Amino acid sequence: MDLLEPIIKIAVVLGALLTASAIVVLFDRKFSAYIQNRYGPNRVGPGGWMQSIADVVKLVMKEDIVPKAANRFVHDLAPMISITVALTTFAVIPFGDTIPLFGKEYNLIIADVNVGILYILAMTGMGVYGLTLAGWSSNNKYSLFGGLRSSAQLISYELSMGLSLIGVIMIAGTLQIDDIVRSQTGYWFGWIPQWNVISQPIGFITFFVASFAETNRLPFDLPEAEPELVGGYHTEYSGMKFGLFFLSEYANMIVSSALITALFLGGWHLPFAETWGLDPLVLALLKIGAFMFKMFIIISFYVVIRWTLPRFRYDQLMNLGWKVMLPVSIANVLATGVVMLWLTR
Amino acid sequence: MLESYIPIFMMLALGVAFAVAMGKINEIVGPKRPSEEKLSTYESGMEPVRTARERFSVKFYMVAMLFIIFDIEVVFLYPWAVSFRSLGIQGFVTMLIFLSILLIGYYYVWRKGALEWD
Repeated sequence: MDLLEPIIKIAVVLGALLTASAIVVLFDRKFSAYIQNRYGPNRVGPGGWMQSIADVVKLVMKEDIVPKAANRFVHDLAPMISITVALTTFAVIPFGDTIPLFGKEYNLIIADVNVGILYILAMTGMGVYGLTLAGWSSNNKYSLFGGLRSSAQLISYELSMGLSLIGVIMIAGTLQIDDIVRSQTGYWFGWIPQWNVISQPIGFITFFVASFAETNRLPFDLPEAEPELVGGYHTEYSGMKFGLFFLSEYANMIVSSALITALFLGGWHLPFAETWGLDPLVLALLKIGAFMFKMFIIISFYVVIRWTLPRFRYDQLMNLGWKVMLPVSIANVLATGVVMLWLTR
Repeated sequence: MLESYIPIFMMLALGVAFAVAMGKINEIVGPKRPSEEKLSTYESGMEPVRTARERFSVKFYMVAMLFIIFDIEVVFLYPWAVSFRSLGIQGFVTMLIFLSILLIGYYYVWRKGALEWD
């Protein structure tokens, strides 16, 4: 097996992911500022565009404080788990159609494994460890409560996340994410793209809500609810270890938006682009652009939601997860089954 | 088949390397001026009272147990969903029976109040 191809892809994806995280941090701050009628960061570089770089430099130069009561090893380990999980999840998400370069077709996916969705779920499950261990190892009551809350929240919403994907898998008949994207490239009646968001609207909504909970975004940011828990699980973190948590949160946001795009919004599929008679290379680049555009829309939605909805109370959060999302997603599975059997009778 | 996982491990290694490198750079570049107060546990400026290694609400254990039960159900659903088309009506009815047994359990848990937070 040629190892050069995956190495280049990994380097590009990791670089893009880290850069994108920095850009999304800035975008989040700027967009939030405009929503709240203020300027946001505008001092570093033209229009404040260098702010994220300045932040990283600042965090690296800060003292790394580990409290005396903390468990040093686990305290060091937790942010590493978080960032590694956040960066590696992207490996199975296809970010473009095959691209013709130097007379060869390249798949724009790092690892086209046949259990892609299980890999994603396993990785998001691993992410729980980062937060829980961070909360426990700090030996701080705020951190502990933040870690406990986040683990309970993440595992509760992982259920509905997993269940809302069942409908998509039933339609596509595969766990391979590349094949799922390809199964969405057709058209109904010749003009409606066969995106899963149209055939699985309820699955889309439950997955979307669960992805908010999984990324700890408002209205689900109870693990770090500032007024009650100071910083939640990362109260005792400083320097770049805090930076890694921060980065992983935004990387997670990018990964979930990529996942929603790939599973529900047709991935890189650009409707009717095949009929425009473009050069294959231009078409492939356009499809990558379409993928990124869809991701951008979802990330913007994350920010808008952040300043639209107030934070849940913890009991409301658990009620929503266990009493609404879980039954709704099970009903969605059954409804999908009935409809599919009725269509193929 | 297994060789499609090689890139994942490479990416995992790079991710770990990135995390370790960032931590190390921070350790080298950052200042080191520890003091008694700085290294004490943060409790909003108060003197820390006892440790955090104490008992916490049993609700969290409950959530963890319920999660395991229902997550295993989800795991059973995946292979079924992949081969849904070939299983046809028989597979659907089988899964219906499996799900209804679980939903009875879910109803029981709900009525017992295990899903209530107060």
